Amino acid sequence: MARLRRFLAFWYDFVVGDDWRVAVAVVVALAVTFGVSQAGVASWWILPVAVVLVLPLSVWRVARKR
Amino acid sequence: MNGGALFLAVFLACAVEAVEALTIVLAAGTARDWRSAGAGVVSAVAALVVLVAVLGPALSAVPLGGLRLIVGGLLLVFGLQWLRKAVLRASGLKALHDETAAFGKELAAAEAAPRERKGGVRDWYAFTLSFKGVFLEGLEVAFIVVTFGSNQHAVPLAAVAALAAIAVVVVTGFAVRAPLARVPENSLKFVVGVMLTAFGVYWGSEGAGAVWPGSDAALLGIVPAVALFALGLVAVLKQITAPRTVPARVEEA
Repeated sequence: MARLRRFLAFWYDFVVGDDWRVAVAVVVALAVTFGVSQAGVASWWILPVAVVLVLPLSVWRVARKR
Repeated sequence: MNGGALFLAVFLACAVEAVEALTIVLAAGTARDWRSAGAGVVSAVAALVVLVAVLGPALSAVPLGGLRLIVGGLLLVFGLQWLRKAVLRASGLKALHDETAAFGKELAAAEAAPRERKGGVRDWYAFTLSFKGVFLEGLEVAFIVVTFGSNQHAVPLAAVAALAAIAVVVVTGFAVRAPLARVPENSLKFVVGVMLTAFGVYWGSEGAGAVWPGSDAALLGIVPAVALFALGLVAVLKQITAPRTVPARVEEA
């Protein structure tokens, strides 16, 4: 059980990293892109906007603690 | 994306990871036993080759749309992780990665550990230290090789780029017999973070059904845009976090 927990923790750290909010935001942005493109509306701009919002928020959380 | 951009992205990412792995192997070899450290390196490389050989063709069998969605999403999460750390380092909010300090730390830990023979390996500590260092650093490289390579149906080219980077770093490292502290590792990490994020944005959007204006040529705009945005973020953070200096009051005599 402890080994499984360590194994899962390793992959969580490897894929998700220090800020889980970034991974969640990427998944949400991909889902929104899919939904908007299915509606026949241009959706290429959604992931760039997500990056513009997510990256500053993530680094700001660290900066604020200093 | 042409082969040159794929080669460059994989080469740079791999060079950064190889420098870190080399530091660990040098510490294991110098402080403990070179033969055991070497066996650890060979075992880890073999495990990584098997991983790429299994995952590469498996991913190539996935339909391109689904593959780009998964790979684009993973690359974007991965790229944002790299870029986030790079921005924090460049703006002084996180300590810069220092290979000389990392080498000293690994060396001290290796010298303190007891010697133990196990499973035909003369020094188990040197073996496991080398194996873990090479395998863990190499895992990110294997991931990048498989994702970039399978997306462009060019896993062999991506693997050649990775092997070329490893060869350059290893030959240089063993020629100077020291950790490669002069490699601008923090700058390279910044560049790799930009590239992973840009390709993640491009492939992720396409996989989710978006159509980029200009098709592949859109990448020529996305890569510099991500780089400029990250650099702008560094400049803003430096301004915000810079210590405010109060002008000293001159006392009258």
